[in-house]
Amino acid sequence: MTKVSMTVNGKAVSGEVEGRTLLATFLREGLGLTGTHVGCDTSQCGACVVHVNGQAIKSCTAFAADLDGAKVTTIEGMANPDGSLGTVQQAFQDHHGLQCGFCTPGMVMSAAALLAENPKPTEAEVRHHLEGNICRCTGYHNIVKAVLAASGQDVGQIAAE
Amino acid sequence: MPKDQGIGARSKRREDVRFLTGAGRYTDDINVPGQTYAAFVRSEVAHGKITKIDTSDAEKMPGVVKVFTAADFDGKGGVPCGWQIHDRQGNPMLEPKHPILAEGKVRYVGDAIACVVAETLEQARDAAEAVVVDIDELPAVMDMKAAVKGGALVHDELGSNLCYDWGFIEDNKAATDAAFETAHHVTTLELVNNRLIANPMEPRVALGHYNRAMDDYTLYTTSQNPHVIRLLMGAFVLSIPEHKLRVVAPDVGGGFGSKIFHYIEEAFVTHASRLINRPVKWTSTRSEAFLTDAHGRDHVTKIELALDKDGMFQALRTETYANMGAYLSTFAPSVPTYLHGTLMAGNYKTPHIYVNVKAVFTNTVPVDAYRGAGRPEATFQLERVIDKAAREMGIDPIELRRKNFVGADEFPYQTPVAVAYDTGNYQATMDVLEKIADLAGFEKRRADSAKKGLWRGLGVNCYIEACGIAPSNLVGQLGARAGLYESATVRVNATGGIVVMTGSHSHGQGHETAFPQVISEMIGIPESQVEIVHGDTANTPMGMGTYGSRSLAVGGSAMVKATNKIIAKAKKIAAHLLEASDGDIELKDGKFTVAGTDKSVDWGSVCLAAYVPHNYPLAELEPGLEETAFYDPSNFTYPSGAYACEVEVDPDTGKVTVCAFAAADDFGNVINPMIVEGQVHGGLAQGIGQALLEGAVYDENGQLLSGSYMDYAMPRADDVPFYTVDHSCCTPCTHNPLGVKGCGEAGAIGSPPAVVNAVIDALQRAGKTNVTHIDMPLSPSRVWAAIQG
Amino acid sequence: MYAFELEKPATVAEAVKALAQEDAQALGGGQTLIPSMKQRLAAPAVLVSLNGIKEMIGVRKDGGDLVIGGATPHAVVAKEAGAYPALAGLAGNIGDPAVRNRGTIGGSLANNDPSACYPSAVLASGATVVTNNRQIAADDFFEGLFTTALEPGEIITEVRFPIPQKASYQKFLQPASRFALTAVFVAKTGGGVRVAVTGASEDGVFRWADAEAALSANFAADAVSGLSVDPEGMIGDMHGTKAYRANLVKVLTGRAVSAA
Ligand SMILES: Cc1cc2nc3c(=O)[nH]c(=O)nc-3n(C[C@H](O)[C@H](O)[C@H](O)COP(=O)(O)OP(=O)(O)OC[C@H]3O[C@@H](n4cnc5c(N)ncnc54)[C@H](O)[C@@H]3O)c2cc1C
Ligand code: FES
Ligand code: FES
Repeated sequence: MTKVSMTVNGKAVSGEVEGRTLLATFLREGLGLTGTHVGCDTSQCGACVVHVNGQAIKSCTAFAADLDGAKVTTIEGMANPDGSLGTVQQAFQDHHGLQCGFCTPGMVMSAAALLAENPKPTEAEVRHHLEGNICRCTGYHNIVKAVLAASGQDVGQIAAE
Repeated sequence: MPKDQGIGARSKRREDVRFLTGAGRYTDDINVPGQTYAAFVRSEVAHGKITKIDTSDAEKMPGVVKVFTAADFDGKGGVPCGWQIHDRQGNPMLEPKHPILAEGKVRYVGDAIACVVAETLEQARDAAEAVVVDIDELPAVMDMKAAVKGGALVHDELGSNLCYDWGFIEDNKAATDAAFETAHHVTTLELVNNRLIANPMEPRVALGHYNRAMDDYTLYTTSQNPHVIRLLMGAFVLSIPEHKLRVVAPDVGGGFGSKIFHYIEEAFVTHASRLINRPVKWTSTRSEAFLTDAHGRDHVTKIELALDKDGMFQALRTETYANMGAYLSTFAPSVPTYLHGTLMAGNYKTPHIYVNVKAVFTNTVPVDAYRGAGRPEATFQLERVIDKAAREMGIDPIELRRKNFVGADEFPYQTPVAVAYDTGNYQATMDVLEKIADLAGFEKRRADSAKKGLWRGLGVNCYIEACGIAPSNLVGQLGARAGLYESATVRVNATGGIVVMTGSHSHGQGHETAFPQVISEMIGIPESQVEIVHGDTANTPMGMGTYGSRSLAVGGSAMVKATNKIIAKAKKIAAHLLEASDGDIELKDGKFTVAGTDKSVDWGSVCLAAYVPHNYPLAELEPGLEETAFYDPSNFTYPSGAYACEVEVDPDTGKVTVCAFAAADDFGNVINPMIVEGQVHGGLAQGIGQALLEGAVYDENGQLLSGSYMDYAMPRADDVPFYTVDHSCCTPCTHNPLGVKGCGEAGAIGSPPAVVNAVIDALQRAGKTNVTHIDMPLSPSRVWAAIQG
Repeated sequence: MYAFELEKPATVAEAVKALAQEDAQALGGGQTLIPSMKQRLAAPAVLVSLNGIKEMIGVRKDGGDLVIGGATPHAVVAKEAGAYPALAGLAGNIGDPAVRNRGTIGGSLANNDPSACYPSAVLASGATVVTNNRQIAADDFFEGLFTTALEPGEIITEVRFPIPQKASYQKFLQPASRFALTAVFVAKTGGGVRVAVTGASEDGVFRWADAEAALSANFAADAVSGLSVDPEGMIGDMHGTKAYRANLVKVLTGRAVSAA
């Protein structure tokens, strides 16, 4: 067991982990942050995406011990300080970008990373960027729409309702 | 102005707030003090005799609490099947035992042989590897047509791999065959409905907790229908009376059918918890999910359509081999029969129809309902053969369909395959489709594609489905071993807020938002005053759960019935308070008024009176305001629609790109259009996935080659376009109080033929006239090979 | 996953020392190694993380070469390898953004997955794989499926790419994994044209000699249209037959030439 310390959603945390403890496991079991989901074991579904030092990564494919000292943001850290939904979260609700909600945390984290890098993405860029996030419920229509809306673009024309 | 409350409003989903902030509570998020972890030892071969199981090394490994084998389940039942089919001769289907842990034989890769329960998950997995299992391998039964002719048996004691040979309707057979004899034209098509894996993003989880002090059990599980699990597991497997067994399905991360069924892992953790007196948790990995979640579809079909010289359908005949896998999953036998044969009339007036289905045991994962269940298989065959017939006879495919539609004035329409459609307007739905898909502009778009060197094609099809499953007395005759009603308890609190406890259970459909819209409309109070409770047998009335697009049509109707009882009683209370006769009381906008006067009392005051009955007709009326209703529908509901897909085919690589997809549906009345559209979108992606990407592939030894997302192609955001969906064509259901039909499966049912029709159309237009069919998934390799000829 | 110790050296020298322990293995971005450890297909006793070794991370120009540190994530290459656009483009299309933020060039090359992207770039560019103790020419590095010239414990510290006059990478996606079902990297230099194919062959990445000869004579898409690729030795699986992959090799080579 080794000790790791991180800043998670702005709070300093630490815990004892095995070498094989994944970041996702540390967040879920160690810190009780169960918003980060695990949907596969081949690093493909993206349900587990969190931000580490500002970058989106799959928390199921990184060891907690390898990330000692990192700044981590999870879905639990995405709301506004007053508890209201953040921009991306709000757009997902407004445009029905989620159904069962299981892919949603990873989806929101990936979308937020895209917008940080590319504030006005095209539809094609959004779809390409979300390649590593599988959603089985929504058919992606409303997810793509929500991300475009979160970027401040007018989505009224894009998608027939 | 669009409404912002009640029926028809695009109310935002209240459940989203918790899902978007990481506050959802899925089964794997639940941990119980003292919990242990289960890791199964699963068969690596498809078929074999177990000659030895040695757990001694595993038992000595760190953290191991106990290693379980079949012996620990002596005297317990197998996982039961909920539907019994009778074959053409009237004999019951062959029905094998499905033990919790393998007894003597393994029958598919993934079959559970033993299970280690340990202090941590990694310890359990480490020890599972140390369990020694010797198996004498037997030939794997993989090919359905060969399997019914002889050779190795999946279940020796049954004497055959043929579960049943079903004819529907047997009395139709002679007339159907005769119609083929005299037909002007017969179109024949052989096709495969590819085997799929539902793949909800949340893998299954089961956490069993036996409480010795109370001698009762709680099972937390990823289920679409906790009451069904309680009934099946309690009554048939573990002999636990219902009052000692609570089943909780908290937030469920998608299901699409795969979380209907009662799985061995649920029974395992529940029983194991008692044996070790500790909670036991099992969380499926995705790899395990591929090997153990029930698969879907997997039909091999020959379909023949007889037409007269004008293209009027004369008769339809099909023969299907349906894969059951190694054991009968909960609803498996019903899928290729009553959820498939009954839909073979489609939207058309075909006078003679005969359907034959042979269900076959193979050494594969059990196959059961997956989004649409039987109806996609029916729709695919029918709409593909119609397209082929149109081409062969030189009739426009839309025209051919329109000619044969059941007319809007012909409802109720009795089909030759038992069911009677209550409403529909197929011409009108097709009109909507032609408009929203801009079919008139196709030629120009085709020319634009051609400039890029791409072949554009257009595919159109219709679908009908039966959902809102369904009348208990009918399904009972058809072999269901359960009723299919739904229930609701509506509890009005003293200050007017309402809690609805329903037997339906959302796994993404937004019940917590849509159900309150109905009550808000009925009573005239804000939606926010209504809360939905579901997913826990301890605090909801016995209900059959969510599948078959039944929640609103059946569960919603139960809620309406209970709410009507509430309103009736509330009116009596209001009448007392207003000193009027309850027949004169009207309820509108949350206010009870004496008709024709301005005397009124509001909702809240009536509720308060019910619970603080100081001024109350105690002699005639009990205090309180809480009602339960069970609703058993009198028929299925019949949503229908017309879909169009446009594709571009790259002739050099065979790659198919879906450029546009339009869906015109008739769902009857719509409670929340936003949610309905979302349901259609999701179904379309799954249907496009089936048509182009997805396929569960086994090798001849029964190894699942597509055992992870590395090889099972899930649709991604860049595989699909924005869809155009429309549900403005509305013929309300005639037999449920909301006039709703159900929308959960339509997209997945209606879309695969549109995609395949479009690809064939593209190839045909490019001169590849010998290509009349390609089996799904239409991978680039398959399309390219077809182009090569 | 089996238990192991994680070590985090700060220099190549420390890493080499750590890797000398029994059953020690390097950990790059973990995007291949961690999934295979979850399947219990790999069982290192010690994992030596290269992620903290600053000297192994980054992209720089060195004369006519573009030099990429062995632990540089794909996303960094995508962003910083502008001097070699085809390479930056390749890196920007490996997997998905989250994979690109972790996965490294060294890990990809050491792994030598037959469907991986980077090996084709290295082979077509005639790049040099630099390790802690030697330099390995691309033509000597790849030795078939999941096998390379690397010795146990040897670390890829950097990869030196000569920058070609023209180049393009054309990737046809395997629809599930999103690796290359088949992909072709074409690079034209003063010395001629090199064509490397990944995803197609049962022997891993390879150079297509006929195409190289034809394109060296005439660098035009239709120069390869008369060539044929032998389906024998191609991968045949549920995603594509041998004949199909052979076809893709040709089609993608033509497209790469057009796009270069
Ligand atoms: C969802 C997904 C999609 C992907 N798609 C693609 C794709 O489209 N194309 C593609 O090419 N790849 C793809 N990959 C693989 C990805 O590029 C990996 O990052 C890469 O193959 C391995 O790099 P790594 O740094 O993660 O190595 P690791 O997984 O850490 O290690 C892999 C192997 O290399 C060894 N190793 C690591 N670094 C070094 C080094 N510097 N020197 C010597 N040995 C080392 C390790 O010991 C191990 O044996 C994908 C991966 C995932 C999860
Ligand atoms: S859990 Fe699927 S990618 Fe991490
Ligand atoms: S909302 Fe269910 S998987 Fe995306």
